[in-house]
Amino acid sequence: MLKEKYDVIVIGAGPAGLAAAIEAKKTGAQEVLVIERAQELGGILQQCIHNGFGLQIFKKDLPGPAYAQRFIDELAGLHIDTLLDAMVLNVTSERRVYATSRWSGFVELDTRALVLAMGCRERTRAQIALPGTRPAGVYTAGTAQRFVNIEGFMPGKRFVILGSGDIGMIMARRLTFEGAKVERVLEIMPFLTGLTRNYVQCLLDYDIPLQLHHTVKRIIGNDRVEAIESVQIDEQRQPIPGTEETIPCDTLLLSVGLIPENELSRKAGVSLDPVTAGPFVDEKMQTSVPGIFAAGNVVHVYDLVDWVTQAGLLCGRNAAQYAIAERKHHGRRVKMKAGDNVRYVVPHVLDKESLAESAQLLQMRVTLPIEEPVWVEVMNGEERVTRKAELYVRPGEMVNIDIPQSAYDAVQRASELSVRVVRR
Amino acid sequence: MADKNYDVIIIGAGVVGSMVARFLSRYKLDVLLIEKDSDIGMGASSANTAIIHAGYDPKPGTLKAEMNVVGNQMFDQLAGELNFTFERRGDYVVAIGPEEFAKLESLRQQGLENGVPGMVILNGADVRRREPNINPEVSGALWATTGGICDPFGVVIAAAENAVVNGVTLMTDTAFQDFIMDGKHIVGIKTNRGDFSSRWVVNSAGLYSDVVMHKAGLRPEFKITPRKGEYYVFDKAEITINNVLFPVPSATSKGILVTTTVHGNTIIGPNALEIDDKEDRSITREGLDEIWQGAINLVPSLSLRYSIAEFAGLRPGGNAPCENPDVKYNKDFIIEIPKQVEGLVNLGGIESPGLSSSPAIAVRVVELLKGAGEKLEEKSEWNPIRRARPRFRDMLPTEQKLLIENDPSYGRIICRCENVTEGEIVAEIHAPIPARTYDAIKRRTWLGTGRCQGGFDTPRVVEILARELGVSPLEISKKGKGSEFLVRPTKDEEAE
Repeated sequence: MLKEKYDVIVIGAGPAGLAAAIEAKKTGAQEVLVIERAQELGGILQQCIHNGFGLQIFKKDLPGPAYAQRFIDELAGLHIDTLLDAMVLNVTSERRVYATSRWSGFVELDTRALVLAMGCRERTRAQIALPGTRPAGVYTAGTAQRFVNIEGFMPGKRFVILGSGDIGMIMARRLTFEGAKVERVLEIMPFLTGLTRNYVQCLLDYDIPLQLHHTVKRIIGNDRVEAIESVQIDEQRQPIPGTEETIPCDTLLLSVGLIPENELSRKAGVSLDPVTAGPFVDEKMQTSVPGIFAAGNVVHVYDLVDWVTQAGLLCGRNAAQYAIAERKHHGRRVKMKAGDNVRYVVPHVLDKESLAESAQLLQMRVTLPIEEPVWVEVMNGEERVTRKAELYVRPGEMVNIDIPQSAYDAVQRASELSVRVVRR
Repeated sequence: MADKNYDVIIIGAGVVGSMVARFLSRYKLDVLLIEKDSDIGMGASSANTAIIHAGYDPKPGTLKAEMNVVGNQMFDQLAGELNFTFERRGDYVVAIGPEEFAKLESLRQQGLENGVPGMVILNGADVRRREPNINPEVSGALWATTGGICDPFGVVIAAAENAVVNGVTLMTDTAFQDFIMDGKHIVGIKTNRGDFSSRWVVNSAGLYSDVVMHKAGLRPEFKITPRKGEYYVFDKAEITINNVLFPVPSATSKGILVTTTVHGNTIIGPNALEIDDKEDRSITREGLDEIWQGAINLVPSLSLRYSIAEFAGLRPGGNAPCENPDVKYNKDFIIEIPKQVEGLVNLGGIESPGLSSSPAIAVRVVELLKGAGEKLEEKSEWNPIRRARPRFRDMLPTEQKLLIENDPSYGRIICRCENVTEGEIVAEIHAPIPARTYDAIKRRTWLGTGRCQGGFDTPRVVEILARELGVSPLEISKKGKGSEFLVRPTKDEEAE
């Protein structure tokens, strides 16, 4: 039975939402509710039946559903309410939540703290303005993954995959297992956009060719995809005439990026960062609207689920603290800025006093790959606050760095910190 | 020879054929409406700018001008009877710079000649006030208060559905092949699904209207040249243009618009490219670039970052000379009962403003039949009203609550971007004209048109269609045979 008022409501029961709900309850929030649009908890993990999950947190190599089940089991023992197969229609800045489902009907709920954990969605054909006809047989990789892994149907026989994102590469292997032919993977960038380990385990091991600097020039076929025409592109991302090639296939899968899903955040009045397409957050994962927190892919797109879980835990803890007691406000904050070869940094602002409690994690993505040793440096103007060595950096792989508690004094002096990635 | 005898067979269930069927359903006639595609309204009616034109644009004295102005005036009553979305919000022809401003007055004069009421010329400051996103170099606009926007899919579906409820027989996946003649009398048609005899045949075959009339030996010189128009659709959360903005027209085209839609999305387009292939609705890089350049001339602040869809439509452009010998124009509509054969109502070249003209064309067809001696007795039971089915996203929370209490399936959202519910989908599958494909449901409910473009709903819609139609998910298609979503179950390699 739903209550009218909650301490913490979490929207989305993927890895971020599950972790946030569990941690909120453990931190002391009495009434916690998770709202999920699918018919079961776990979010997209339920269709990610490949392994590779949990290496950081559990030191185990788990498939997605098994990783999710650990949290689902824990949640079940904590008396946390769940509302499944439900859609949140609206959220106000006063944290009133309007949701609907077949089971509950139309409900209005209030909460002291709200956690946004809606995850992300896939970029579509339209967002990359892919020319050609509009037949059946053009799917995002995640939609195809659902058809194969959840519904039990093959969406095609001969595939071309556009984009070297992780889901695309994982689907290349999965479809090959199921007896389909994956002709090749095309990537418009000069570098891989997903994880290198997926390139090795999903493409190289199965002799699926990857063509960098290539894209789809047009889709051919009126009712069903009959072929695609590929083309090589130059350094200015312009097609090179004469390099066109017609590749017969019945399906084109798109793995061309993920976008944080923030339509509800916008309705709640949360400010969004145009670079990440997610909310501006502080080190507590609180958004621009007091009492509304955000965690996971809704903030920025991660490559490892373990980090999503970590963000969920942090967010749930802070949301509970907000709900059960007024949090201290120091009002002395330092802005984080993306410097050389850094596309963005999360969190966007840091409470200077937070370092008195613990080290603070910064997460970022680089703009361009550097395939040699680099420093990741946190700078206050010309003064270096901290730095970390990496052997290489790639846009497909998130970079993490802690600001240690020992940097407390240096941070107090700063009004803005910038993070840069430079060759060693 | 024939399966059944009809009084009238209508070839093609686009907006014109559906509207003709609806107006004929008023009379004691056995009417058959055939459509070669899997659903109604999949040709020119499926991809256009969704505007009910005021009528200042067509050349005075042409059928286009007459039908446009009459048709426009019919839309208030029609929207009231058939319950499709129609908003008479007026449109603007926007002049950028001083030279274009001078052309507005001649356009207004042309409108007056065509009988268009309610046109006003605004100065630049007025236009900026009304549409703050307009190019600041705007020098003025012709404001046509009778211009409107509609749900173009809704118009076709509502008209055909009202026809069917009033006794018209609809057959989809039924393609015209030839006429059956008795001397110069048309007595029936051959289709891929058998022969049908009929006293009258209406050619409303749109892009294929030339092929159909040539089969009757008519107008051998008449040719439909498909004119492709491409469009961008924008995310309504990011870009909001509240008006219908035309550029000053060129000699050949009304130009590239920036316009709002009844669904709330801003769209830009179309360009106008003559092609040969009547099925080529592909989008091209060059075409998209062209409409982008045209659009930012009107609204410079648009951003392609927020494009969520691109599509192309085909206008069935003809080459028929205007019936009025004083008017030099050779792209006019054909609306006639030709003398060379008997039993044919011949329509052709119904391109833009065809949607706006469609009810007027239907009334003209009725008049032509009466003129040819048809008695056309009214049915006492004819019901002009077609009720709309619930649209969850357009309702107030209190109404939504009530709807779900009555039928919990309206509480389950299937399309997350457009908030389309399972109840709405099921209702369309079991409507008088059943929606049997994904695109058929999309056109009726607006599902899958948002920023995720069906990524979330597609597997769910396939499941619901299979369940409601009692077939395997393998049979569910995007737009009819040959466009099935799925090829085989997993773990079934022997099928390879």
